[in-house]
Amino acid sequence: MTQSAPDIVIDVAGLTKTFGTRTVVKDLTLQVRRGQIYGFLGPNGSGKTTTIRMLCGLLTPDSGTGSCLGYDILTQSHLIKRHVGYMTQRFSLYQDLSIRENLEFVGRVFGLEDPRAAASEAIDSLGLRGREDQIAGELSGGWKQRLALGACILPRPDLLLLDEPTAGVDPKARRDFWNQIHGLSAQGLTVLVSTHYMDEAERCHEIAYIAYGELLAHGPVDSVVRNAGLQTWRVSGEDLYSLATALGKLPGLELVAPFGASLHVGGRDHAAVEAAIAPWRNDPRYVWRLDEPTLEDVFIDLMSRKKDNFRDNAS
Amino acid sequence: MSLIPARARGALSRFYAMLMKEFIQLRRDRVTLATMISVPLMQLFLFGFAINTTPRDLPTAVLLQENTDVGRSILAALRNTAFFDIRKVATSEEEVDSLLRSGTVLFAIEIPAGFERALRRGETPAMLVAADATDPVAAGSALGALEGVVQSALSRDRVTGVAPPAQPAFEIRQHRRFNPAGSSQLNIVPGLLGTILTMTMLIFTALSVTREVERGTMESLLAMPIRPLEIMLGKIAPYVAVGFLQATLIVSAGVFVFGVPLLGNLALLALLSTLFIAANLSIGYTFSTLAQNQLQAVQMAMMFFLPNILLSGFMFPFAGMPVWAQWIGECLPLTHYIRIVRGIMLKGADLTDLQHDGLWLVGLMLIAMTIAVRRFRQTLD
Repeated sequence: MTQSAPDIVIDVAGLTKTFGTRTVVKDLTLQVRRGQIYGFLGPNGSGKTTTIRMLCGLLTPDSGTGSCLGYDILTQSHLIKRHVGYMTQRFSLYQDLSIRENLEFVGRVFGLEDPRAAASEAIDSLGLRGREDQIAGELSGGWKQRLALGACILPRPDLLLLDEPTAGVDPKARRDFWNQIHGLSAQGLTVLVSTHYMDEAERCHEIAYIAYGELLAHGPVDSVVRNAGLQTWRVSGEDLYSLATALGKLPGLELVAPFGASLHVGGRDHAAVEAAIAPWRNDPRYVWRLDEPTLEDVFIDLMSRKKDNFRDNAS
Repeated sequence: MSLIPARARGALSRFYAMLMKEFIQLRRDRVTLATMISVPLMQLFLFGFAINTTPRDLPTAVLLQENTDVGRSILAALRNTAFFDIRKVATSEEEVDSLLRSGTVLFAIEIPAGFERALRRGETPAMLVAADATDPVAAGSALGALEGVVQSALSRDRVTGVAPPAQPAFEIRQHRRFNPAGSSQLNIVPGLLGTILTMTMLIFTALSVTREVERGTMESLLAMPIRPLEIMLGKIAPYVAVGFLQATLIVSAGVFVFGVPLLGNLALLALLSTLFIAANLSIGYTFSTLAQNQLQAVQMAMMFFLPNILLSGFMFPFAGMPVWAQWIGECLPLTHYIRIVRGIMLKGADLTDLQHDGLWLVGLMLIAMTIAVRRFRQTLD
């Protein structure tokens, strides 16, 4: 462990990764404190998986430096691997091995003293007693995810890297999963988890939003929302679709997004927002209500701005 | 346009779509493309030139028990033929025996003491020829050629002045060593043992790494604290046991069903078979680290398997191949293993006789393992 910042578990700066001509992660700087649940958000292909893989030594960054658990990510990945549990996006345990066999395999690879006992313990804590001889490939999505997490925490890692662990898992299993994550975090385990779900993001102590390989915002959820400086309106009424189409073309509105039965409209320049929506404010078909922006509003806004920058830079 | 019914047009278009897709995928899969073009050509040239069922340059030892003109001219005549390559002029029967047992030579020609005198007296003396008949094809055609060679050597030399062509002035006493009946099963069973082991062992490990990659388990595995050497040995070891079981079955069948003798030490056969199995598993594993997917790995294994069959001396006499083909043959584990099995089972060879082939196997295995560990991708880059 480094002496300077014993509380910082992940400390990377300027991470860049290019595949061919495509820069997948660009100049990424990230710090995660011990015991935190750190949410990693961003659209598909934004570089979340690549970043996680660089942290655990599965990919070599093109440039950048950093440490993970005090070990250098460039030169000491073999040491990092001993203390990190990495849960891949796709189920990557052996489909043709039973639950117990998979767990014992992991225990042996990590050199646990008694892999059989460790596997038994994990089977009990996962609530898999009685099914331990079931072949992993036959498990449902939720149980596979549970087994994968069980395998990750079996060697008692100091850091968990979870890559979209709840994709394709039902709400009940998701809730159980997050309760378990919070329990582990309370025991001092640091968790970096990538997700698409906003409700999951709000369960994290801190979040980072990444798009097009760049970190766009980070911090505790409420401060990310506050720092965005968005003024948002909720519009309800009839034919919101044509309203959205009309508003979408106006300058000053960075956010025009339908949410169920209502439309979220907003932007950072409050005066411009009010000017843009003025023609419809007194339209009897619509009900306008000023509201706190949600995390999702903030992300949509960040994304649209980022996309504009992309376009400007390209032209 | 309307000449073609709409339904047929649809089918044609779907067929065309499929055809184009397959071509595009094929074009992207460079390895398969290269294999499809280069393999048939390469193998045609390779085997077309290499295989020759009429053996030439058979490694031969000569034991001259008398130093006479006749002896020397026979020796010179043998040197001049394409059939025999005199590697050694032996000094004793024991030396000849050991050369044959270790496979250093396939033929030994002995001119006994008093040969010339007997020849001059018209006593039709006997010239002794011992042939390694573990490969009956190689032995047979060379033995057939020998008489003519010696006959014409003697008449050209005119040492005798007798030698009327109607009646041979001497007799060639053949001794088909190790396989007196010239039974081809004695040759084929040891060859099959090696061939079957090569095929199964290669495929077992050729799939092992690519399978992990294709099933996605490699990502987890690489994120765990396990090293390439450990992965390799862990994947090879179980199949050594499988291969050993196969070898046991084939040897048992060879001995009890086909009546192949087992003159040498069974423990030595077991030891060297294990080495051969491990060498093939290592080579298969190396393919697995080089290939992008399971299909490529199988193709590589097949490309390696074919020369093993054709250039190892299993199907065609090793001594009949040109030198460059023999060198390729030397680099194949099966070549050495066939010598080992023939040596132990048919000739009763011991470790000293076979150390050369054993060392080759160790060397090939270590080379394969080194490439595999170096080529093993520890990251997903």
